Amino acid sequence: MANIEPAVVCSQLVRLYGERRALDGIDLTLGQGRTLVVFGPNGAGKTTLLRVLATLLRPSDGEASLLGSDLRKEGWKVRSKIGFLGHQSLCYGDLTARENLSYHARLHGLAEPAKRIEALLDQTGLSGRGDERVFGYSRGMLQRLAICRAVLHEPQVLLLDEPRSNLDPAAIELVEPLIGAGGGRTRVIASHDPAGGLAEADLVLGLRDGAAVLLAPPAQVTADQIGELYR
Amino acid sequence: MSAARPPSTLTAARAVLYKELTLERRAPQTLTAMALFCASAFVIFHFALGRDELEGALASGVLWVTLTLAALLGIGRSFVADREEGGLDGFLLAPAPRTALLIAKATTLFIFLLIVGLLAALLFSVLLLGPTPSASQWASLALVIVLASLGIALVGSLIAGIAIQTRARDLITSILALPLLIPLLIAVTKASAPLLGLGAGTLAGRWLALLGLYDLIFGLLAYALFDYLVED
Repeated sequence: MANIEPAVVCSQLVRLYGERRALDGIDLTLGQGRTLVVFGPNGAGKTTLLRVLATLLRPSDGEASLLGSDLRKEGWKVRSKIGFLGHQSLCYGDLTARENLSYHARLHGLAEPAKRIEALLDQTGLSGRGDERVFGYSRGMLQRLAICRAVLHEPQVLLLDEPRSNLDPAAIELVEPLIGAGGGRTRVIASHDPAGGLAEADLVLGLRDGAAVLLAPPAQVTADQIGELYR
Repeated sequence: MSAARPPSTLTAARAVLYKELTLERRAPQTLTAMALFCASAFVIFHFALGRDELEGALASGVLWVTLTLAALLGIGRSFVADREEGGLDGFLLAPAPRTALLIAKATTLFIFLLIVGLLAALLFSVLLLGPTPSASQWASLALVIVLASLGIALVGSLIAGIAIQTRARDLITSILALPLLIPLLIAVTKASAPLLGLGAGTLAGRWLALLGLYDLIFGLLAYALFDYLVED
């Protein structure tokens, strides 16, 4: 049975952009090794929630903690334990895939990153083009590289914003061992895929205009309820 | 599992510096733009002033106005790749000390300014400068360029750190950088004027001391403030 100590706790979490409440009083608790899937239309606050949990944005009010560390005061403690996959690859176009991963490995203080980098490139089918500059990559290749970057330091918590976008079915299979449920990591996933999201969720959060309008285990949520969020 | 512990400031700064220099080597945009700007400005000054040769205070003014505006180009470009490709988020997600980014950015800018400053001084001596400086005057001018480049790099990195968080980045860079650079510009033009004049002009120690003090103050300010600027 998975450890159910909370990995993510949000209590009345608020994030403001100017006067707009991008997150409006979110309450949730997610156990370690569990997967939270966040649904909601564009602008609902999914990406903002992920960025707050990734320590890229500070909560404006309320509390957010990750692996027991208060993100407002102790974000630095958990950065090495977070793998973040956003809409951008966070890789430089004029560097090769190997150089990009090597750069991020050094920033994470990995002792011997070469083997890990080669293993990841091999696993994602990029090793043959690992010495090419990234600006020539297709969107799918870039997404695979971004996944390599996100899991490079073997984080305990994965924050994934539409992780399978731009990937073909074969590529989705390739990256599954890295970001799938099998890894035993705690995951927070923003998704627009009701069926796929419900299948991998331990907890479902529905956001609309920054507020949590749905928070329940997947067994208690129907695809229609997810669809309702988008209407 | 790969052993990992947060990198030291120096390790992280070296990683960012290596990345910055590799990016500039692959796509030499900043140095090229700065050097081209200097060459163009000297040609314009040559025709606009209607003089074949300059000396003293006027020569110093023309040289440093040109280098200052070229520096603004470099400052404006120092976070472009990080902004457009998400590199700043990539850095902020890592457990690396934020000061490492300041050190790397300031060092990169310092290197660029030094290269452009020395090249521009040589070009200026060929195109516009009347008197031929002696070897000791060249050495003194090089020292002024080094200290000025250091000050501009520190202020520039601080300003670029502020500007990247705003929408009016280019405007913010000019609006904030130029007033902050005025004390430095007064010191460098005063220090350079005797070196570019007729006769055996020497470097005045007080202007050199002012430059050193400026670098120290802004170095400490940048160190103290940078963390707060790049964090949300």
